[in-house]
Amino acid sequence: METSCCCGQYPLREIIQPIVERNGRDPSMLIQILHETQEAMGYLPQDVQQCIADELKMPPAEVYSVVTFYSRFTMTPKGLHTISVCLGTACYVKGAEAIIEKLKKTLAVGSGQTTADGVFTLDICRCVGACNKAPVVYVDNDQHEFVTPELMVEILSHYRDDQEYSAAESIVDPGLPEQEEAQL
Amino acid sequence: MNGISTYHENTGFGARPLYARPMTSTQLKALAAAATDHPAKDLGSDHPSIEKQCRIALANCGYIDPERIEDYFDAAGYFALDKVLEQYTPRQVIQIVLDSGLRGRGGAGFPTGRKWLFAHEAPGYKKFVVCNADEGDPGAFMDRSVLELDPHAVIEAMAIAAYAVGADEGYVYIRAEYPVAVKRLNKAIGQARDYGLLGHDILGRGFNFDLHIRLGAGAFVCGEETALLNSVEGKRGTPRLRPPFPAIKGLFEKPTVLNNVETYANVPAIIRRGSDWFSSIGTDGSKGTKVFALGGNVVSGGLIEVPMGTTLRQIIFEIGNGIPDGRAFKAAQTGGPSGGCIPAEHLDTPVDYESLVRIGSMMGSGGLIVMNEDKCMVGIAKFFMEFMVEESCGKCTPCRLGTRQLLRFLEKITRGQAEMSDIEAMESLAETMRSTSLCALGQTAANPVLSTLRYFRHEYEAHVRDKRCPSRDCKFMARFVINDNCKGCRKCASACPAEAISGTAKKKHIIDGKLCVKCGACLESCKFEAVDKEW
Repeated sequence: METSCCCGQYPLREIIQPIVERNGRDPSMLIQILHETQEAMGYLPQDVQQCIADELKMPPAEVYSVVTFYSRFTMTPKGLHTISVCLGTACYVKGAEAIIEKLKKTLAVGSGQTTADGVFTLDICRCVGACNKAPVVYVDNDQHEFVTPELMVEILSHYRDDQEYSAAESIVDPGLPEQEEAQL
Repeated sequence: MNGISTYHENTGFGARPLYARPMTSTQLKALAAAATDHPAKDLGSDHPSIEKQCRIALANCGYIDPERIEDYFDAAGYFALDKVLEQYTPRQVIQIVLDSGLRGRGGAGFPTGRKWLFAHEAPGYKKFVVCNADEGDPGAFMDRSVLELDPHAVIEAMAIAAYAVGADEGYVYIRAEYPVAVKRLNKAIGQARDYGLLGHDILGRGFNFDLHIRLGAGAFVCGEETALLNSVEGKRGTPRLRPPFPAIKGLFEKPTVLNNVETYANVPAIIRRGSDWFSSIGTDGSKGTKVFALGGNVVSGGLIEVPMGTTLRQIIFEIGNGIPDGRAFKAAQTGGPSGGCIPAEHLDTPVDYESLVRIGSMMGSGGLIVMNEDKCMVGIAKFFMEFMVEESCGKCTPCRLGTRQLLRFLEKITRGQAEMSDIEAMESLAETMRSTSLCALGQTAANPVLSTLRYFRHEYEAHVRDKRCPSRDCKFMARFVINDNCKGCRKCASACPAEAISGTAKKKHIIDGKLCVKCGACLESCKFEAVDKEW
């Protein structure tokens, strides 16, 4: 496969090469390289992994094995906003499950899935270490504390409004890095 | 994702021959002499009471500006490193740590000094020190707080450890979920390099040490030491077979000392104030203090640091101000997913490593979740088992399959489909996992089940025998029944996703319990309060 350009739309190697370069072309920096690539591209599809493997001169299977092992790496594109509901023990005891149920109902998605209009991705995340403010929900990088199911719906509406949300405009084309960057 | 792309390493040895603002030993001594203890600050009734606490690891947290190394100097910062380089041989440093009785704060409680001694004695000229900041236990956030509020303490302690074992390179493995901690630690490392406290010829005493950050990527098992080392090397974070232990063959196959953040945070104080002072705090087997993340159903939650041996009752009721909303205490969960639930009859147990193991839990990294009477213990066990299924790395069979089987049993129980023999099968499976799993994650994965079975067996039996959840917590144990208020409006029948409601218009409807999926849609849709939720 020709990896200098993944789908003919943007130069893949131009994104990945500098990232690999500033990490010293060091295979032991693979996780850091994947973090930075995901930050730049939004996700880590197969051809991206292939490109990284080429740059680091290691088997693509090894890159794939690392990508699939760690939960923060994703091979599918995410929505405009990622909702991460903390399901640490403190949040669980304070009712995080009810929030998840509410979100699943409101957004009509399961955990790890993206809404049909590509606006929200629902994630359940590991303890974020804000247990004294449980239950905690992250939307992108914003921390929301002492959340209740009712409050959650209100929070969602803010994010929809902020984007001047309209379903027609916000369909995310998974291939393009510019739109992916908007969520970061 | 702040902090990930902003962070880059560019310094190796020799990259910066002259320090921007070199710190001298004399200056450090003068600052340390002027340093005073922070007065205990009471934050009011919303926060855990300060009186019964004793702060060593958290001493500077909240009192200094973590982004200014000068503030840390004013709190006698780096004085311990200077003292060590000036006055002690590596062997003497290890002896001080041994004498202090400091044990690993990450969970297992292995004596820190002995770890250092093994690495010190291991042959080889290249050695590493590593800091485990992969704080994965749900409900624990002391490592995050130390790194965010006092990052220099960890850097200083790692330099001391490096001197003691003969290492010149260190790694901090930190969760990617903690962007602020990564940012502050990064900044702190930069400042320490400016002052010549990291790098070549530290404080002019011929000792070299530099520090790197490695980010995790969301895998609980990476808190296990050998899995962490694999992850630092950029590989899948699966545990290695031990022995050889990391002290002999660790990072990149070199002797490696690996300690938790909180353990390191105790080291500078021990060096400054002496091992006798530290060992005077705590109990016979467990010296010093422990930080707990007090959370759950408690009035004043937050981070607290208490001397080892403080009882749970003191922690929950005197420092945490008890249970809110007039509810009763049911259990305290310590040790995260590897720990257990402690019932009310053990509230007076002094909290130290041995006592907690004796009552079927463990210290763990210090998460302490308080649960009131509304929480179902089977549900809690199921919650942890779901976590374990998700986080089992899959390398060894007992853990990979055992966690899944245990979860299936627990699901059966909470759905009222289990038999009494299932409980015995769970116990036997748990024992197999404990004795045959590769790493501590699998060996302790069944602890939440075993400890709840030990103290709350009656709840399991109520689920299995009476198909009833005594805490009214398990969703599938509820029964929805239509009472005589029913006007036969058909609203509930059309709301029901399972088509479990039958009845003709204007006549009382009936819910078929076999078809009901317990979603509660009928209860929400009814305008006449005709649907009852029974337990």
